[in-house]
Amino acid sequence: MIRKLLRSVREFRINSILAPIFVSMEVVMEVLIPFLTARLIDEGIDRGDMGRVLTYGGILIAFCAVSLTFGVLSGANAAKASAGFARNLRSDLFDSVERFSFSNIDRFSSAGIVTRLTTDVTNVQNAFQMVIRIAVRAPFMMIFSLVMAISTAPSLAWIYLTVVPILGIGLGFIMTRAHPVFKRVFKTYDKLNRTVQEDLRGIRVVKAYVREDREREKFGAVSEDIYRDFSRAARLIAFNAPLLQFCAYFCMIMVSWFGSRMIIQSGGVDFTTGNLTAMITYSMQILMSLMMVSMIFIMLVISRASAERIAEVLDEKPDIVSPEGAVTEVPDGSIDFDNVTFAYSDRSEKPCLDDVDLHIKSGATVGIIGGTGSSKSTLVQLIPRLYDVAEGSVRVGGIDVRDYDLKVLRDAVAMVLQKNVLFSGTVKENLRWGDPDATDEQIERVCRLAQAHDFIVAHPDGYDRMIEQGGANVSGGQKQRLCIARALLKHPKVLILDDSTSAVDTATDAKIRASFAADIPDVTKIIIAQRIASVEDADVIIVMDDGRIENIGTHGELLEKSPIYREVWETQKKGGALGE
Amino acid sequence: MNRGKRQGTPYDEKGKMKIDWGSFKRVLKYLSAYKLRLFVVALCILVNAIAGVIGSMYLKTIIDGFITPVLKDNMPADLAGLTGAILFLGAVYLCGVVATFFQNRIMVTASQGVLKRVRDDLFSHMQTLPIKYFDTHTYGDVMSRYTSDTDTLEQMLTQTLPEVLSSIIKITSTLVAMFIVSVPLTFVILTTVTLVMIFSRRIAGKSGRHFVGQQKALGDLNGYIEETVSGQKVVKVFNHEEATTDEFRRRNDFLCREATNAHKYANILMPIMGNLGHLQYVILAVVGGALAVGPGWLTLGAVASFLQLSKSFTMPINQLSGQINAFIMALAGAGRIFELMDEESEHDDGYVTLANVNIDENGVITESDTKTGKWAWRHPHGTGEVTYTPLCGKVEFFDVDFGYNEEKIVLHNISMYAKPGQKVAFVGATGAGKTTITNLINRFYDIADGKIRYDGININKIRKSDLRRSLGMVLQDVNLFTGTVMDNIRYGRLDATDGECIAAAKLSGADGFIRMLPEGYSTVISGDGSDLSQGQRQLLSIARAAVADPPVMILDEATSSIDTRTEMIVQRGMDALMKGRTVFVIAHRLSTVKNSDVIMVLDHGVIIERGDHESLIAQKGQYYQLYTGAFELE
Repeated sequence: MIRKLLRSVREFRINSILAPIFVSMEVVMEVLIPFLTARLIDEGIDRGDMGRVLTYGGILIAFCAVSLTFGVLSGANAAKASAGFARNLRSDLFDSVERFSFSNIDRFSSAGIVTRLTTDVTNVQNAFQMVIRIAVRAPFMMIFSLVMAISTAPSLAWIYLTVVPILGIGLGFIMTRAHPVFKRVFKTYDKLNRTVQEDLRGIRVVKAYVREDREREKFGAVSEDIYRDFSRAARLIAFNAPLLQFCAYFCMIMVSWFGSRMIIQSGGVDFTTGNLTAMITYSMQILMSLMMVSMIFIMLVISRASAERIAEVLDEKPDIVSPEGAVTEVPDGSIDFDNVTFAYSDRSEKPCLDDVDLHIKSGATVGIIGGTGSSKSTLVQLIPRLYDVAEGSVRVGGIDVRDYDLKVLRDAVAMVLQKNVLFSGTVKENLRWGDPDATDEQIERVCRLAQAHDFIVAHPDGYDRMIEQGGANVSGGQKQRLCIARALLKHPKVLILDDSTSAVDTATDAKIRASFAADIPDVTKIIIAQRIASVEDADVIIVMDDGRIENIGTHGELLEKSPIYREVWETQKKGGALGE
Repeated sequence: MNRGKRQGTPYDEKGKMKIDWGSFKRVLKYLSAYKLRLFVVALCILVNAIAGVIGSMYLKTIIDGFITPVLKDNMPADLAGLTGAILFLGAVYLCGVVATFFQNRIMVTASQGVLKRVRDDLFSHMQTLPIKYFDTHTYGDVMSRYTSDTDTLEQMLTQTLPEVLSSIIKITSTLVAMFIVSVPLTFVILTTVTLVMIFSRRIAGKSGRHFVGQQKALGDLNGYIEETVSGQKVVKVFNHEEATTDEFRRRNDFLCREATNAHKYANILMPIMGNLGHLQYVILAVVGGALAVGPGWLTLGAVASFLQLSKSFTMPINQLSGQINAFIMALAGAGRIFELMDEESEHDDGYVTLANVNIDENGVITESDTKTGKWAWRHPHGTGEVTYTPLCGKVEFFDVDFGYNEEKIVLHNISMYAKPGQKVAFVGATGAGKTTITNLINRFYDIADGKIRYDGININKIRKSDLRRSLGMVLQDVNLFTGTVMDNIRYGRLDATDGECIAAAKLSGADGFIRMLPEGYSTVISGDGSDLSQGQRQLLSIARAAVADPPVMILDEATSSIDTRTEMIVQRGMDALMKGRTVFVIAHRLSTVKNSDVIMVLDHGVIIERGDHESLIAQKGQYYQLYTGAFELE
């Protein structure tokens, strides 16, 4: 998993390698500096030798300068590497998402993808920066200090050799005990967030039913869980610092005791006071770096969850890809469903489409009618291969959709989704999604076809009017007409409108259909609608019920033979179709 | 989460850090619940710091007292004295270790306790906020106070505060020791430390400016991600992946540049501070040596011990400067938490309440302690007299004006009445004010002018919780809660039995699909019921209102996602549900509102037509045009 993520380092590999190298050199300097200050005291100050003081002072300043340079270089490289890594990771994630098919997106949910691209990447970025700096620094510091300490006084090495393993075992023991508790705490945190989120989204429901107290109770229970678990974990972690301090002090006392005796016994020849102070500094450094390691460990545990979530997206294989040697030309707009069966999930017991057989001629106008959950949308989403069939095949222009290059197929099959989305930008920018090179004349033409031109120019900014995110500043009917215009701009061979004129008034709806018939007669038009009026004059109308085609025929035929169609028609006639 | 829009960053526009002392005081107030424990903690920190200082000074004592005499003056080694000194040092250190242990353990309880209380208070207060607050703040913005802001506060309580305290103790005690050893050298060190601090503040400021930039760029990128990912299906249908990716890269690159700079300055701060510390050491050695060797103002031993002290002095200063950022950030987070807690709660001066009553054959109402199934408004008067008005569901508006803010009035002069049991419909374009009217009845918003009466009582006099309990609401966007289907229906009335919930589901036509779910009524709904279709969710929410059994119901586009055929099937249930209740219906589908007693046509906050279906059709006005499809709705 980690390796998978690290693949995104790419051009920042050099920075990622340089950062720990510079850190290591900085550490070398940092370890040598106390060695030199010991000399400065021993040979300079203690003897009152100003010359020596100045010499060692000079060398120290030079070392500081070098150490500073390395430190700054490592910091800058680490910043560049981690920010770059995050950039690439985000980019790779985004690329995978762009390759996702509809079913991939359904699996993760939009909110899940957004969290991975934002919060999770930030967590991993911070962890990465820490690893290439501190995680290198701490063990390196420990080893180097250990080497220096042992070379200064080989006979005292046993002190470290006993304390370090004891400390390691102690820290390991605490961490292994705390880890499961931490894991549980994270789960409880998710629960807390979920409770708050549900409360926020449903605040009107909460208030309308006067359920504030119940929500408080719910939240209080979760917050109590967090308090209990976190306190437990933190109480375990609280052993870390005193244990470390104990070991540090133990080392220092041992070093002082045996060190002083050695100085006294050898008469200050083999072992000097300067050596003694240096040894104590080294002891501190060793133990500080062990502390760092244990902290890094905690941080890595925390960021691990984020890394896993990111890897999930990177690992996800897009369900639908263009085949090799794909067909790059759609001959015409004929559509055939040959005994198609489809289910959104392998585990569903009942397929959404069950043995559908359907043949549509190029240039025909087809209406689809059916209740909620009758799989109308599912049926048409198979045509531009937004999902793949489970059994049977779907053909466009006589060729199986799975043999086409995806881009070619989707350019030829334009679809206006039920959930229309416009993006922030001008009207023109939104329309150009259909064709980036469209001229103003072409744009105006499709807008006239979709009956959108008049309301666009009615606004002072006309085609340059700004659309807010999600199309919040245009009415539902206007949004639908813009979406139709956008789809028309693709010059498709097949045009699918999935309940796309529901908010458009009947008169305009009729005008749109009339212009379709007059201006784009060769395009196969499939119209899903709730209103019978929208499909009444289609060449053929399909009545869907419960994943199957209940009946096919013209308006007149269906009134005769389809009870569902007749029922819907009668309620709508009663309910309001006065204008028809 | 749109971090770019969040208020209360620890930096002003120029990138200078500012400390939020007000929030600090409030954090202390929370901590004051643990006064005794904190006193012990402070004591432990003190003991620990002193143990540290004694430890670093005591080495000098050992060297001067037991080693130097042997080496320099050829005195016999005082091994017993040395052992005693070492044992003393050991005892001091042991005190330090024990102090650390207790400090950590006690701090865990105190800090986690404070965090729990902060969270509970935050959530509890959030429940009292008016709807207006939720209209003007994004979910992400509010959520972040529970997540990242609370996290930084935790960091501050468990790490920063104890470290700052111990650093301050260490700095003060070494400073005193340094003054005792040598006043001139102390001034030298104070000058250099000040210079280092000024320098580091400049770098920190630079880093701060870029952090602000980074947050902005991050907010910008996150906004773009949210927009494109939620519209991903459209992106696919239009083969627009490449263009979207190009724009994403542009913003992503910008963020990368800002982040690199922000972290660069933050990263180089530590090595700069550390090495300037070493430099200062050299300067002290040279100056001290010169003072000792030249005029002989100082002894060499004093210089050596001063040098030792200078290390004990700069280390906590470096630590402090490392913590100061965390401290300021945490206070900024705490500031955002308190900001929410300071938001004004919903006003409720209501004193008229709902009471269980018995009504005898003469219409005399007496209050009852037990559940009678009959309700009345209990109205205490200034005279001490209490009157009872039976709960019927009569709603009247008298010349009501309303605006979400003072400049823009969205409802003008609305007058209307609904007799108990009547069905009143609102029709009009998006933004005409239909939903707004219903939100005034349950006092989600308070009116600017005019009067609304419920059963003849001004709704401002009715306690909000009782007013809302007497109103059922079914909204277009259905919100479900994690739990079983049964739990979600029972949300309408917490003491409803399983039987009553199922009856309500049957009444609203939800029973059919619920039984098809894998575990029927015990099926657990998660993620706001995303597995259910919008139509099914609406049926559940109607069942939820049915179980509450209020005399007045508000149906705001409650059946918009149920197709006409299913709606027909549900219609019988809906009719049964509406029977005997005052119902306000908002629907975009005119067939849903056709059989209402009164239909109000709204346009820009004004009722332009009113009457029943037949009379409105006969008027041949706006309604007629809508009905015949000459106008588009929404």
